[in-house]
Amino acid sequence: MAETTIKSQIINPENLVYKKTDLMTDKVLSYCPGCGHGTTHRIIMEVIEEMGLMEDTIGIAPVGCSVLAYEFMNVDMQQAAHGRAPALATAVKRLMPHKTVFTYQGDGDLAAIGTAETIHAANRGENITIVFINNGIYGMTGGQMAPTTLPGMKSSTSPYGRDLGMMGHPLKITELVAQLPGTHYVTRQAVHTPSNVRKTKKAIRKAFELQKQNVGMSFVEVVSNCNSGWKMTPVQANHWMVENMFPYYPLGDIKVDGEIVPNN
Amino acid sequence: MKGNEAFGEAAIRAGTDGYFGYPITPQSEVMEYLMAEKPHERTGMVVLQAESEVASINMLYGGAGCGKKVMTSSSSPGISLMQEGISYMAGAELPCVILNVVRGGPGLGTIQPSQSDYFQSTKGGGHGDYRLITLAPSSVQEMYDFVGLGFEMAFKYRTPVLVLSDGAIGQMMEKVEIDAQVPRLTEEEIRENYPWATTGRYKGRERNIITSLDLDPARQERHNEALQRKYREIEKNEIRFEKIGCDDADYLFVAYGTSARICQKSMQLAREKGIKVGILRPITLFPFPYAEVEKMAEKVKGILSVEMSAGQMVEDILLAVKGKTKVEHYGRMGGIIPAPGEVVDALEQKIIKG
Repeated sequence: MAETTIKSQIINPENLVYKKTDLMTDKVLSYCPGCGHGTTHRIIMEVIEEMGLMEDTIGIAPVGCSVLAYEFMNVDMQQAAHGRAPALATAVKRLMPHKTVFTYQGDGDLAAIGTAETIHAANRGENITIVFINNGIYGMTGGQMAPTTLPGMKSSTSPYGRDLGMMGHPLKITELVAQLPGTHYVTRQAVHTPSNVRKTKKAIRKAFELQKQNVGMSFVEVVSNCNSGWKMTPVQANHWMVENMFPYYPLGDIKVDGEIVPNN
Repeated sequence: MKGNEAFGEAAIRAGTDGYFGYPITPQSEVMEYLMAEKPHERTGMVVLQAESEVASINMLYGGAGCGKKVMTSSSSPGISLMQEGISYMAGAELPCVILNVVRGGPGLGTIQPSQSDYFQSTKGGGHGDYRLITLAPSSVQEMYDFVGLGFEMAFKYRTPVLVLSDGAIGQMMEKVEIDAQVPRLTEEEIRENYPWATTGRYKGRERNIITSLDLDPARQERHNEALQRKYREIEKNEIRFEKIGCDDADYLFVAYGTSARICQKSMQLAREKGIKVGILRPITLFPFPYAEVEKMAEKVKGILSVEMSAGQMVEDILLAVKGKTKVEHYGRMGGIIPAPGEVVDALEQKIIKG
C-alpha cells in the first residue's frame, strides 16, 4: 500500500523532475551501455524541442554506430552514404535555407572517408551544424583503427598499438576545420559526467542558435568512450578517456564568434 | 546552341531547384552556362560547384530527399565516381536527372566522344539490383527535351534518370526550340505532391526518413521486389525508339546517339548502292526496345549494331533477336567517330558477304 502511494506521488505531474523528450522515439537504443551516443542524441533532440524547431529540422545520419540515428530521433531524417553527410546537408540547407540542418557523424565517417566533404562544407561556410562523435575507433565494424586512434592505442587493425611511423598520426580534424574561415563556432565537449552533459547541451544549443543567424558552420565535437571497442567496462572506459583521450583532444571552445580561442 | 548549353538552359526552364556539378571535359559548358545565366536571379535555382563528383551526387541525394528537382552533369570518369551515390538514390527511391557526356575510356582515356559507358548505364554501374532509366539524345534538341522528360519520369517512378549523351552531341551546335519557363514548386506544393520528402516534420504527420538501409533481410527483399516491379512497369510504359527507312529494309542498323546520326548518312550511301537498309534508333536504352528489334529481325536479312565501343548494345540486340537473323557489331573506340562509308563497308563485309 505504502509502495503504491509513493509511486503515484512520483508520477504526479507536479512532482515530475525529468521527462524524455517526445523527439526521442520509444525504440530501445542500439548502443552499448555507457556509450555517449544515446546521451548526445537526447541532448540534440531536447535542444530542438526547447527551441521549437521540430517542424523545421532535417537531420542527416551517417554510416557507423549511429547509422540508425533516424530510428531514435523523431524528426525528418536522411541517411547518408559513408562520409557524405555534409554534402547532403549542403544541398538540403541551400535548397531550404530557412530550415535547421544538422549532421551527426562519427570519427571514421567524418575524419577518414568523409574528410573532403567535411573540409569543403566547412570551407564554403555552409550554415549547418555538425555534431561529431569522436571515440577513437570504428565501433560498428568491430573496433578497427580510426583516423583518431591515439598513438600506441590498440585496435583490431593495430593489434600491437598504433605505430605512428607505419600508420600515421591521429587526425585533429576539429582543430583543422577551426582554421577555415567558413566555420564560426568550433568546440570540443564530452558527455561522461552530468556537468559535461550540461556543457555539451549549451554548446549544441549555441550551435543551432548560430545557424539561425547564418554566420557559417557550427561544429561540435563530443569525445566519447567506446567501451566495447576499447575492451573495457563503461566505468574503466570513462577513466581511460579522461586520462588518455582528453590530453590529446582537450575539451573546450576552439573557435568562438569566428575567432580562434587563444591557448587552446 | 551547343548541346551542353541547351541542357543548361533546359535545366533552368524545367523549374530545376538545384544543379550540383564538378568540371570535366567535355561537359564543363553545362555549369559554365548555368553560372553565367545567374539562374538564382531568374528562378531561384541553386547552382553549386562541388569539391568532387562524389560530393555532387550526394548533394543530389540530399536535395532529392527534400522533394526538390535536382540534377548534375559529368563525363565518364566523373560518372564512375558517382556510382555509389546513384546506387544509394536508386535504393532510397530518389528522383534526379544525371547527364553523362561520354568520353572514351577506360581510365582517364580521352576527351573525345565515345559510347563505351552503355553497360555501366543500362546494367547498373553501382552495387545492387537496380536499373536507371537511360535516355539517349541524338540531337541538341533532344539534349534540351530530355531534361523535362527526365524529370517527369524521375518523379513518376521515384528513380534516377540518366541522359546518356556523348562528346559530339554535347559540343555540337544546332537550333533548339525552347519551352516556356516551368515554375519551381513551392514548399507547400512539394509537401502535397511528395509526402515522402523530408521537408520538416509538420505537426500531424510522422517523421519522414530517406534511407536505403534495412537490416531485416525479409523487409529488404520485399523492398527489392518492389523495386523490380517498378522496373517492370517502366519496361511496360516507357520504351521509346525511332525508325528510319525501315518499311522496305532488307538490312537494319541499330544505333543510338551520335552513331545513329552517322548511320543516317550511311543509309543514304548504301541506298545509292542499291542496298536497302533502315535504322532503328533506341531512344530509351533502359528500357531497351527488345520487342521492336525482334519484330525487325523477322523482316530483315541481317542487323548491324553500330556503336562507338567494342560492342556493348549488341548484347541486348542478340537477346532480342534470339537467333532469328544475323547480328554483327561495328564500332570504333578511343574517341574515334566512324565515317559513314566505313559503316557501309562493315555492312557489306560482315552482314551481306559474311
